[in-house]
Amino acid sequence: MSTATETVEELANQEYKYGFVTDVETDSIPIGLNEDVVRLISSKKEEPEWLLEWRLNAFRVWLKMSEPEWHNVHYDPIDYQSISYYAAPKKQIKLDSLDDVDPEIRATFDKLGISLDEQKRLSGVAVDAVFDSVSVATTFKDTLANLGIIFCSFSEAVREHPDLVRKYLGSVVPHSDNFFAALNSAVFSDGSFAYIPKGVKCPMELSTYFRINAANTGQFERTLLIADEGAEVSYLEGCTAPQRDENQLHAAVVELVALDDATIKYSTVQNWYPGDENGKGGIFNFVTKRGKAFANAKVTWTQVETGSAITWKYPSCILQGDNSVGEFYSVAVTNNCQEADTGTKMVHLGKNTRSTIISKGISAGRGQNTYRGLVRIGKGATGARNFSQCDSLLIGDRCGAHTFPYLEVKNTTSQVEHEASTSKIGEDQIFYCRQRGLSTEDAVNLIVNGFCKEVFRELPMEFAVEAQKLLGVSLEGSVG
Amino acid sequence: MLEIRDLHASAGDRQILKGINLTVNAGEVHAIMGPNGSGKSTLAGVLAGRDGLEVTGGTVTFKGQDLLDLEPEERAREGVFLAFQYPVEIPGVNNAYLLKAGLNEVRKHRGEPELDAMDFMTLIRERMALLQMDDTLLSRPVNEGFSGGEKKRNEIFQMAVLEPTLAILDETDSGLDIDALKTVAGGVNALRSPDRSMVVVTHYQRLLNYIVPDFVHVLSGGRIVKSGGKELALELEAKGYGWIETEPATASV
Repeated sequence: MSTATETVEELANQEYKYGFVTDVETDSIPIGLNEDVVRLISSKKEEPEWLLEWRLNAFRVWLKMSEPEWHNVHYDPIDYQSISYYAAPKKQIKLDSLDDVDPEIRATFDKLGISLDEQKRLSGVAVDAVFDSVSVATTFKDTLANLGIIFCSFSEAVREHPDLVRKYLGSVVPHSDNFFAALNSAVFSDGSFAYIPKGVKCPMELSTYFRINAANTGQFERTLLIADEGAEVSYLEGCTAPQRDENQLHAAVVELVALDDATIKYSTVQNWYPGDENGKGGIFNFVTKRGKAFANAKVTWTQVETGSAITWKYPSCILQGDNSVGEFYSVAVTNNCQEADTGTKMVHLGKNTRSTIISKGISAGRGQNTYRGLVRIGKGATGARNFSQCDSLLIGDRCGAHTFPYLEVKNTTSQVEHEASTSKIGEDQIFYCRQRGLSTEDAVNLIVNGFCKEVFRELPMEFAVEAQKLLGVSLEGSVG
Repeated sequence: MLEIRDLHASAGDRQILKGINLTVNAGEVHAIMGPNGSGKSTLAGVLAGRDGLEVTGGTVTFKGQDLLDLEPEERAREGVFLAFQYPVEIPGVNNAYLLKAGLNEVRKHRGEPELDAMDFMTLIRERMALLQMDDTLLSRPVNEGFSGGEKKRNEIFQMAVLEPTLAILDETDSGLDIDALKTVAGGVNALRSPDRSMVVVTHYQRLLNYIVPDFVHVLSGGRIVKSGGKELALELEAKGYGWIETEPATASV
């Protein structure tokens, strides 16, 4: 009908820029999943006996579980026997320094804008780069070590800091938590580990960058982040994958432990390959993320979800300690045939616990965007407060927005607020901007950016820029 | 400056403008009056390039070029400004930010350098004084939560910053109390200049006490049925629109 609508759709249909494949020799195990595969993964990683037992327990639990069906996403059944559960770049020998990273892989990360070269990095961000299932490099390790901060791959943490791993692994997301978490617990390959000691404020952003490269593999990372009493850390996570016609499974688990008075801020820009405009290919993203906040601690999740064919993800907070705080800020974009079912759970257990949920869903093309959130106020959570706001923006007339807020309140002294809105980018808004001299493209960027503003301002600076670029948005709010 | 010849336009399958002829020279202020549904806002919309309005005949020439051939943003950059009757709210988008983006597009088009944040702030503080604008309106989202009067004031403020060559004011007086009306009119008058033309669309004569037009045109049934000087507005106020609609003979020039 109108040209404005067409342009909006064009804009929303920008192509995926990270779809290239890196040519490296891969050591992957044959497809299929059974106890032997779990044992093989564990032995390839030279893991201790207790971890193998933990994996096997998870696997046995998983066998008895069935895939959830309550979500509002649709996909062909996943054949778990047709996936390879381990892939690693072949040349992976023990790396003594960053110079030992395979040049092809180094080039890959350069291409993605993630420099593994410490000297070249302008801002202080320490990166753990995960290529297929293996962590290939962690930067700024020595600088961090001086403060007692441990930041390394998960495998290395198992070798070097087994006590910490053993104490906290599964303490927030148990191996039997849900179907995808159990699968992850059985076959997880690598991931990132960080420990911030008592009272230490981490001086730089910690960052993990995940890249799926090999075909027909799943990626199952496990991230464990512990902020000891009074510690503070901000953590970033980014992800991309090549463009392939087949769907690939990504089932990660992230556990955050914020001990008394600690603060953890976890930000994600998720840009997995979303599939083509007809819904062919793309990543199936089934992720369990949860943080536990002890007394006076604070856990903040900020996510910008633009990729994946299917997104199934509910970064949550268990507010265990008194006065603990949980926050969830989310922008989820679905375009073409993408479907997202995402939201959060705020579980209030301690007294005077507080939580904030700001969710912004943007649907374009034939995209379906679902917000699903649970606010649970436990019996003992006297004086707990929650505020939730869920806004949906529709672009075009073939997409959908859905909201499923669940509230369970068992303490009458608590206060729970929920606000929701659904709006369309109005032709009149676009016309208004154009009448002031802006092109349609700039007008849409401006409006979408304005819609997401409350979330973007929660992102660390560097990420905010990336997030805005991702939405094709020019920097807003630089004046006034 | 602006030359409208036999302009016909429709919205959907409804023919609204049925042959408008109007010449606006540089520095002139023309008032377009007329009863509800006569096509006043449609005329304003067609000049600005609003979606959903289809030009079915006639021509509009602006500074020697075919205005109807330009996209809305190109018209804006050429100096056409529409003060909206119902300014739209854009949540989360900073009022000053939109204005800076618009102004820099206009400046780029004119071959002038873009203004940086400092120069821009200096400029808008000066223009704000003109409209007695509240500072906080700048940092608030575009029109969100503005009162009717604040919205209209904001429109004229934007006009003061963008400095158009042709300003079209679409019922800028509606929803204004008398004090706000005086302020807004004062702002408009301060912007009158020999190289700026204005088309003031209004339903009531009241606004014209404060913005005194050079010409008044009465629009009825999609045509200009009567034109005259500022005294025509007073006559309309006294007699209503009825007597003109029964006198179509005066329409053709």
